[in-house]
Amino acid sequence: MTVTSTRAKPEGTLPDRTGPAAPRKRRRNPLPYLLLLPAVLILLVDMGYPLLRQITMAFQHFSLEQQFGKPAEFAGLDNFTRVLGDSAFWLTLGRSLAFCLVCAALTMAIGIGGALLLTKLSRPVSVFVQAAMLLAWAMPVLSSLQVFQWIFDSRSGVVDWTLAGLGLQGMAGYNWFSNPLTFFAVAAILVIWMSVPLVVFMVYASVTQIDESMLEASTLDGANGWKQFREITVPTIAPVLLLVTILEIIWDLRVFTQIFILQKNGGITEQTNVLGTYVYQVGLSGGDYGVASATALIMLLITLLLTWRYVTQFLKQGEV
Amino acid sequence: MALKPSPVRRSAANITGLVFGLLWIFPVYWLVNNSLVTDDALQSRTPSFLPLDFTWAHYETVLHDGRFWSALRMSFGVALIVVVAALLFAFFASMALSRFRFKGRKIVIISVLVIQMIPAEAMFISQYKMIDSWHLLNSVLGLSLLYIGASVPFTIWMLKGFVDGVPVELEESAMIDGCSRMGAFFRVTFPLLGSGLVASGIFAFLAAWNEYTLALVLLSSDNSKTLPLWIQGFSGQNQATDWGGIMAGSTLMALPVIILFVIVQKKMAQGLVAGAVKG
Repeated sequence: MTVTSTRAKPEGTLPDRTGPAAPRKRRRNPLPYLLLLPAVLILLVDMGYPLLRQITMAFQHFSLEQQFGKPAEFAGLDNFTRVLGDSAFWLTLGRSLAFCLVCAALTMAIGIGGALLLTKLSRPVSVFVQAAMLLAWAMPVLSSLQVFQWIFDSRSGVVDWTLAGLGLQGMAGYNWFSNPLTFFAVAAILVIWMSVPLVVFMVYASVTQIDESMLEASTLDGANGWKQFREITVPTIAPVLLLVTILEIIWDLRVFTQIFILQKNGGITEQTNVLGTYVYQVGLSGGDYGVASATALIMLLITLLLTWRYVTQFLKQGEV
Repeated sequence: MALKPSPVRRSAANITGLVFGLLWIFPVYWLVNNSLVTDDALQSRTPSFLPLDFTWAHYETVLHDGRFWSALRMSFGVALIVVVAALLFAFFASMALSRFRFKGRKIVIISVLVIQMIPAEAMFISQYKMIDSWHLLNSVLGLSLLYIGASVPFTIWMLKGFVDGVPVELEESAMIDGCSRMGAFFRVTFPLLGSGLVASGIFAFLAAWNEYTLALVLLSSDNSKTLPLWIQGFSGQNQATDWGGIMAGSTLMALPVIILFVIVQKKMAQGLVAGAVKG
């Protein structure tokens, strides 16, 4: 056994049986590349190629005619200027960003709060809360969508009924999906409801890894709850928080299914489009693949910009 | 608990916890509750908070619907292929990332994270055209093929956390005993990954079970719908929405997932955390 094996992580690969693991030897080993091959291949086929095609299309005039075989003309930046010159795009972008940030921020706040709350509960309540989280987490998107539409139904929905019962007579029979603001309120409630459990579980799992004695020692040193939270809890769970924040932003920015299906209730598609549904409409419904592809690329760029800071920070912290 | 909280603070926490739990469980309760009451109760202006006007009728409607069964078969078939393939590919990949330091390793890890940012909408037009050119539209295989790619990055991410947790020394001693490198992976590490494989497998299963967008794009024929498409079609097919049927169908669709989650919930959060902090 060589020394490297005991602290396998830093530069650690399996020590070569014939001698100490020389970097020169490691680089030549084809095994890791072979092991990566199946995953890389399927990703190239599933995402690499389509993405490449899509990037090409973004620079072409590509609509239904080309779909049926007419050769596509090079369009330069035409599609991009058309997207960027379209006020509907900017409105949609603003809407998507606002929706994403509100949902991600609220999800993180409620999720972290819920996880910390879990550590303070007595056993039966804690089990109940965890069971509730688990059930909400397990619900398939489409099932959740159906029940939320029913909860917010204008004829027999429980929300309208409750609000009317509380004295808000105007809310009896209110159609939540006919006004952009209340439409997005319902969508946000649904998205937050779906995403909070994961945050709670992940943060809770890492909070419980915090060394109890450290907290005790800090109490003896006179640290109060907030100070402990800031100086012990947050640094310990920082990698997890970063990862969840990245995931939440990614997921909330590319939200599609929830909006797409809720839109079928309202008939105000134009005013409730987010980037995902906008691309879908321009591309698959409108048949303008070039413009849709350009929009999709812009969307990807925005996601990268939004999360880049977190991703680099995360990679540094996690020492992957 | 390191510090004994005062009884007042504890009960305040408990009440907050109770309200929090009730808010989150309510939609699930509402779903099941409304799948079990009669149409009259559903149509009445006053919601029924308990299934007092009890009936199984909505479940009977769904279970007698041939389209439900064909969607169920389709969903299970796709999910099964995706789980097996994604787990196998991700196991290999996570062994490479966890056990070796090689040129390009960092790039692969960053890609695994960045790939998940690509919006599905950025690709589905060309994915549709690709699957179409292979004549795999409306087929289990075509959909599975794309789903595998969609779940592999996440599965690698999770599984790598678990592989990191298995001491490399175990493989070394197996190799000293004459095992080949791959033999050591499969005979020593693979069995020790049990919970990690289950947890990441379930994530792959869920991704396939819940996916809507790609299925909507790739599946157009009536007898090749997955459950999400079926339930959405169910709510649109009648003039007056059959809410009872929709609730029953949604409950049936959620049931396998809930059972799976209950079995492995602890492992899943741990797996995600392991991926983040390298336990």
